[in-house]
This record gives sequence, structure tokens and C-alpha cells, in this order.
Amino acid sequence: MAETPLQVTDKETPTPPVVSIPQVLIGSAKQAVLQVQEYSFLAAQAVTNIFSRPLYFQDTLDQMDQIGVGSIPIVLLTGFFIGAVMVLQTASQFVRFGQTSLTGDAVSLALVRELGPTLTSLLVTGRCASGIASELGSMLVTEQVDAMRAMGTDPSRKLVTPRVIATILVLPLLTAFCDFIGLVGGCVAAVFTLRLGVVQFWTRAVNALDFADIMQGLTKPLVFGFILSTVGCYRGLTVRGGTQGVGRATTQAVVISSVLIIVADTFLTKLALYLAEKVF
Amino acid sequence: MEPTISFREVRLGFDEGDVVRGLSFEVFPRETLVLLGETGTGKTLSLKMAAGLLRPLAGEVTVLGRQVSRMAEKELLSFRREIGFVFQEGALFDSMTVEENVAFRLREEKVPEEEIEPKVREALRFVELEHAIDQVPPELSGGMRRRASIARALITRPPIVLYDSPTAGLDPVTAQTIIALILRLRDIYGVTALLATHRLQDGFALANFYFDTASNRVVPNSGKRAGERPESESATRFAVLRDGNIFFEGSPEELAATKDPYLKRFLV
Repeated sequence: MAETPLQVTDKETPTPPVVSIPQVLIGSAKQAVLQVQEYSFLAAQAVTNIFSRPLYFQDTLDQMDQIGVGSIPIVLLTGFFIGAVMVLQTASQFVRFGQTSLTGDAVSLALVRELGPTLTSLLVTGRCASGIASELGSMLVTEQVDAMRAMGTDPSRKLVTPRVIATILVLPLLTAFCDFIGLVGGCVAAVFTLRLGVVQFWTRAVNALDFADIMQGLTKPLVFGFILSTVGCYRGLTVRGGTQGVGRATTQAVVISSVLIIVADTFLTKLALYLAEKVF
Repeated sequence: MEPTISFREVRLGFDEGDVVRGLSFEVFPRETLVLLGETGTGKTLSLKMAAGLLRPLAGEVTVLGRQVSRMAEKELLSFRREIGFVFQEGALFDSMTVEENVAFRLREEKVPEEEIEPKVREALRFVELEHAIDQVPPELSGGMRRRASIARALITRPPIVLYDSPTAGLDPVTAQTIIALILRLRDIYGVTALLATHRLQDGFALANFYFDTASNRVVPNSGKRAGERPESESATRFAVLRDGNIFFEGSPEELAATKDPYLKRFLV
């Protein structure tokens, strides 16, 4: 027992328990399952919140502005140059067969079906999943989330659902911008390097597209938007370890969202091709 | 008399082990219970369990006659409107102005805008922060943030206010201002309070002073002891936490007269 205020108390430093490798592996597996369960619960809650009050329209509009309008410059800039690069890469092959006129078809199909949705989603992930995770993570470590709960407000309604709805709504629009500006970039490259006519490029590019292609290109961002926003929110709201934890959560949000988007893209593409064959 | 807040054999812990170990105490109407203890003894956890922000692993937490520990989150959200919570660092929403922070709960409850402004101004006037109504939290000093947090907690006049180390990290003068505010809140509105702190002087200030509404000043209790005060007057008790449990519970006089070496460390 400490006799003076400056004397160290009788608290003993506990000896850390000895753990074996299987115990560590089992512990990690349990942790992973728990995280998937927590994520699924949060994602489901974000969706079910839409069907009951209170709804936060203003917060949703604010998020649409931040996520959507704020992402337009990077989406347009990147889309333009991706379209141009695609023309340069594909044209070198088409030139060998004297089929440079097919450049518009190739660029159009690749952009609308695949590159537009995936690239836009990855760009928005880099910009917004990280932003969502760091914002919510900072709110969590400074007890703002607890303060919200203490005042009778459900953070999943006030913070998560508006971000999820906003991302799902704006991502197809951003994808459409990216597709269009990509074709513009492709057209510029085709005109200056292949000496193709503007009308010829656009006619082939537009005619190459079916309804199924556009459906595929604009449906994928809905899923990608859901993934990036829910992962961002989940990582933000499960931050551990103060400001260092916020940084870690931000990185994890981007990495996990990006990987999930690319994995989901594979399955969505297969599904879209199947539906295009059977339905459209 | 029915206690306003009651903890019975409450346990709470994390992966590292139990932090709160069989905690039991009661807070009666208009009473202020000062939870005194070192860092990591479970003071903040106790407050969060009282507000239903954390669920105990075992035991019962009863607030205003309702078992908070067994309520679903949805029920708790509406129940928490009966409780004001002043967080350690204020926990003000960074992206909102002081006005929006203080009015947050009213706007959530869809109170008409024309009723919100006078209420917010009244709450800010109470904490002497009306001039900062349009400022954002990063522009405020530590003391101003605590005052804004108190204004936010009292905006709906809750019967219970929970204070988590309201003077931590503040200079002595600002800390006195915050304690004077807590006194005013207690003596004007008659709130029941649970105050977590590691500063003994906060507890003694609450015990030895009261806010005189006639002179509009904080004045000493003039030596009246706990048993000598009229029943209508607010009482202050201490509960010293050690290793997640109550080590001492009693009046300020009993604490001041203690011979226990551990408690004496707080009195130095």
C-alpha cells in the first residue's frame, strides 16, 4: 500500500498470458466473422432506415453535394484521359488490320460496360470512402457519436443512411459523366492521331451500344456506391485507438472498398452478360 | 424515497478484463453524487451505463424507475431525452455552430423554429456564452466548449445531468466557472446529478457552496452539515471508486475526516 502520495501503489503489472499459434488463428477468424456480422448489420440497418422516420433529407442533399459535385472534376479529368489512352492503345492494333474505324466501337463498349463504372467507383472510393471513414472516425474518438446517441438521435439514421443514399444516387450520374467525357477524350485522340472524322467516331461509338450495355454500365455503380459508402461508414464507426486508429480506418476503408468493388464487378459482369443473353 | 439513479451489482469489462466490478450505488432526487477516482477506475463507464450508452455485462442500472440496462436501443433513444450528458471534452459537433449544437435536440424533436431561438439564447445566456452563438467549436477555448456543452445538455431541462470530468484540463479559474455553472443548474433547476471527476476540490465546492437566487451569487453554505440542511436543499455525497468498485461512500465531512491512507491521497 502506498504510504505517500508520490509512492507507487500496490498495483501489479499483469503478466501477459501465453498464447499458441492456433489460438491466434482461431481468434483472428472469430474477429473476421464478427466484423462481417457487424458490417452486415450496419448495411442492413442503413437500408431499413429508409423505410421509417425520421429521414434526413437535408443531410442527404449535403452529402450528394460533397460526394457528387465534389467528385465531378476528378471524374471528368480522369475520364477524358482514359478515353484518349484507350484510343491510342487500341488504334495501334486496329491499324495493323486497317480497321481504325472500329476504334469508336471498342472505346465505347469498354467505357460504358466496364471502365466507366469501375474507374469512377474507384476514384470516388479514394476520395469519399476515405473521407467518410475519417469523418465518422474522428466523430467517434471525440465522443460526438456518443453525444448524438445521448441526445436521442440514432447515428445510423443521421450519419450512415444519408451517406449511403447519396452515394448510390450520385455514382450512376458520375459514371454517365465519365462515359461521355471518356468518349470525348477518345474522339479527340482519334481525330488527331488516326485522322478519323468526328461524326464517324461518334456514329460508331453510339451504334455499338445496346440497351443491355447501358443497363450494365449504370447498374453496377448502384452496387459499387453501396459498397464504398457502407464500408467507409463501418470502418469509421468502428475506429479503435484514437487518431492513429482514424488513419488506419481510412486506409482500410479505401483498400477494402476497392477490392470488394473489383470482386463484385466480376460477378456483376457475369450476371449482366447472362441477363443480356436471356432477357434483353 | 425512490432513488433517481440506482446501480446494483453492475459489471462491465472488455477483452483485457473487468473494469467495473460489482458496482452498487444510489442517487436520490436533487442529490449530486460525486464519483471520485483515479483514471481507469470506471467513472466514465458508469456515466455511460447510466445514460444507456453502454450495456453492463451483469447487474441492473435503473434510472427514473426504468431499467436502462434492459432497454432496447430504440427505447433508449427516446428515454435519453430525460438525461443531459456533459462529455469530458464537450463533444460538440465540429461542423455546426454553437447555436446549431445547442439547438440540436430541439430540431431533432421538430420544435418550431420560432421557439428554438429564444430557448437557445436563454441556455447560452445561462452559461454566459450568448456572444459566441455563431462561432464554431474549433474557435472556442476549452472552457467555452464545456460551457456550450452544458448549454446543450440543459436545453430540454432534463431532470438528470451526468457530468464526465467537466473541469479536466482546465485552468483553476475556468474550472471554478464551470463548477459555479453546475451549482446554478443544480440550485435553480433542481437537477439530480452524477459527476465523475478526479479533482476533490470540485466535489467540495459543490458541497460547500450554493447558488443564492435572491442575490444571484454563489455563496458558502455557512457551515451547515449534511444532516442540518432542509430536505428541499440539494445534497452532495462522495463515492470514491477504486478498481471498478466503491471504496468509500459518504458525506464530504466523512471524507474530509478519513484516516484511510488511500483516501488521504486525494485530500493532499
